[in-house]
Amino acid sequence: MTPTLRIAARLLEKPWLWAFAAAFFVWLATIVFTGGQGAAAVLTAALAFGTFSVIVGIGQMYVITLGPGNVDLSIPATMTFAGAASMKIMDTQDSMIFIGLLVALGVGVSVGIFNYALIRLLRIPPIIATLSSSFVFQSAAIAYGRGIKIKPPPVLAEFTTARIVGIPILAIFTVILAVIMAVVLHKTVYGRSVIAIGQNPRAAGFSGISVGFTRFATYVLSATLAGLCGFVLSGFSGGASLNMGAEFLLASIAVVVIGGTSVAGGFANIPGLWGAALFMFLLVTMLNTFGLGAGIRLIMTGLIIISVITLAGGKSTGR
Amino acid sequence: MSEADHSIVRLDGVEKHFGAVHALNTVDLVVTPGECLGLVGHNGAGKSTLMNVLAGTQIPDQGRIVIRGIDSTDGYTVATAKQHGIRCVFQELSLCPNLTVAENARVMHRALTGFGWRRRAAALILRDLDEIFPGHGIASQEIVGDLSIAKRQMVEIARAFSVTDAPADLVILDEPTSSLDAVVAQQLLTFVRRHVAAGGACVLISHLLGEVLSTADRIVVMRDGAVVEVRKASDFDRDSLVTAMGSVAKDGDGAGAAYASKRADGSPKVRARPAGQVEGPDLTAHAGEIVGLAGLAGHGQTDMLIQLHAARPSTRHTHVHGPVALVAGDRQTDGIFPLWSIAGNITIRSIRHLLRHALIDAAAEREMASQWQQRIGIRTPDMENNILSLSGGNQQKALFARALASDAEILLMDDPMRGVDVGTKQEVYRIIRDEAANGRTFIWYTTEMDELKHCDHVYVFRDGAIVADLTRREVTEEKLLHASFEAAE
Repeated sequence: MTPTLRIAARLLEKPWLWAFAAAFFVWLATIVFTGGQGAAAVLTAALAFGTFSVIVGIGQMYVITLGPGNVDLSIPATMTFAGAASMKIMDTQDSMIFIGLLVALGVGVSVGIFNYALIRLLRIPPIIATLSSSFVFQSAAIAYGRGIKIKPPPVLAEFTTARIVGIPILAIFTVILAVIMAVVLHKTVYGRSVIAIGQNPRAAGFSGISVGFTRFATYVLSATLAGLCGFVLSGFSGGASLNMGAEFLLASIAVVVIGGTSVAGGFANIPGLWGAALFMFLLVTMLNTFGLGAGIRLIMTGLIIISVITLAGGKSTGR
Repeated sequence: MSEADHSIVRLDGVEKHFGAVHALNTVDLVVTPGECLGLVGHNGAGKSTLMNVLAGTQIPDQGRIVIRGIDSTDGYTVATAKQHGIRCVFQELSLCPNLTVAENARVMHRALTGFGWRRRAAALILRDLDEIFPGHGIASQEIVGDLSIAKRQMVEIARAFSVTDAPADLVILDEPTSSLDAVVAQQLLTFVRRHVAAGGACVLISHLLGEVLSTADRIVVMRDGAVVEVRKASDFDRDSLVTAMGSVAKDGDGAGAAYASKRADGSPKVRARPAGQVEGPDLTAHAGEIVGLAGLAGHGQTDMLIQLHAARPSTRHTHVHGPVALVAGDRQTDGIFPLWSIAGNITIRSIRHLLRHALIDAAAEREMASQWQQRIGIRTPDMENNILSLSGGNQQKALFARALASDAEILLMDDPMRGVDVGTKQEVYRIIRDEAANGRTFIWYTTEMDELKHCDHVYVFRDGAIVADLTRREVTEEKLLHASFEAAE
């Protein structure tokens, strides 16, 4: 094999390749349909909106990698509550932005601790525990925000929507976050522990890994990223609203799965989250461009996610 | 008329291999109506495999199965066995825990169909329970999962003797009394005698030699996959039975080296007492010692290892001084990370010591992996290959490397040589001796007599407690068997 071929072969083994390839073809189909119009604008929008899916997707990916049964369904409620709480505390004052960020992250950490307490102390399966805690926090957000959309401080709104040569600044920061989290996943004791537990929790315990602490840290991480996402999304969309997190329940799981992370746990990758997030946005854009109605769009999205899981599942479940 | 003609079952030259392991080696066996056949031999002698062949759950590689004089070898399955009245009560209970007692009876008896099958199934199982275990206190609508292990075993046994469309001519009882108390066990043995007096037949497998001697008409002794003795039960006594079960001590390979106590100086690295043990010796291990845990399988040895592993640094009855690593025996469940490379599987125990600037150093990982590939001889072209690309023995070597490469001063081994071939075993024994000489402590649960000869001290377990503490000089197979079986009386 020539070096070029070998590099190509290596690349083909990368689980995230397919998500990027799919995103590219969907984008191509769109601009062919429009005759090249708005090609760059669509990409900019995809980056801007994909950012939020990636932030929560990172946390969800860590949780799913812990192995069968692990999933965080409290992400939307955490986003909403963190968004509402931080917007209300900041009360549109620029000087309070840092405090607001801390509040959003604090909400995330608290939700994470609460989730893990349900899972560990009360032995509730994660899927039920996170779902029921999401009712608690969604209701808290309703009670706290009173359903009024509170505007973000101007500087925050500006920052979250700013662009450099067409690239959203927030997307750049999220790429940096993704790189850091990829390093954490593959190069730290914590990341290794997550992957090990996802493959074989008993063996992980016998290999000196602190299984309980790792799971705790992972649920806290996921909720904290959801809090962060709620904060920046509130800034981006002109305030915290009560249904702002709704679409991120499916999105956070879909980007993980389409991105090539194993649903069965023990195998994860970060780049795929970006590919999948872009793909998800571009897919909806394409279906919109083709003039399809909302119903068809949702059906197509569901079908495509199912087919991706089926295709990807054939490989990764061979264990 | 030859004996074969009125036998229920005759096995001729049955052989069974599991990879390199010769589980059954040209076994002949005859069971005739009206007799209870005792089957004894220590762990791994092939008793359970032989009964699996008889029950149709495993297909022999060689040999014939003759039922009532008719060769039935071809296409012999569980269904064939059942149809000919061969029933089996396995060691691992086969009841469905989510169903009731009556529903479990129905699972075996397809004839119970139509309206009211639940009532008829309940009547059937209760009749047999009453017959075998008078005063059993089990209701037919109880969920099996809620019953105690003893009651589950009683239901299992009663179900094996219950009859609808197919007869129950030959019932195989594999360790039927292991979770029954003495009174209930005696009820069962009395019933077995009634069953054979009525013309039925039983095969009784038990580690409790007393009950085999008192219940069986003939006793078959198995050793290393072969039948070594068949005699009338009255011709055996306890001692001659134990002698027949034991294998002649083999030496050579440096295992039986002279015993020299390593306990003269220094405090022990490990001192522990099994949870639930009230009196009797503590387990003690000093630096440089190889300590064996012996006794019958499942009598608390693995629990002891898990207790030691969980006790870092110390709990009330468990004192462990120094880092610990465990070599799993059940590779798939307790050892292997199936999605990782061989190297990744080895280094996982040591990643905390392979950090550079808080990140895992890939070069140091590769270095550790290749170093241990050399030392322990893992046969692979590339340590980056997936762990499952290795043979079982080499996977086990990787698990040894994981423990040995770590900072552990105390290594716990949970019968790690299961399914490992002889050559690999010898290599690993050598490494264990070398590492012990370097001051590491090994605590080694093994079901193989030969491996205990590598140990400085051997603790014999029975019913979750230590019942004997033998030095290497004192370890003989007879002593171990006596200690393991003592409670039977």
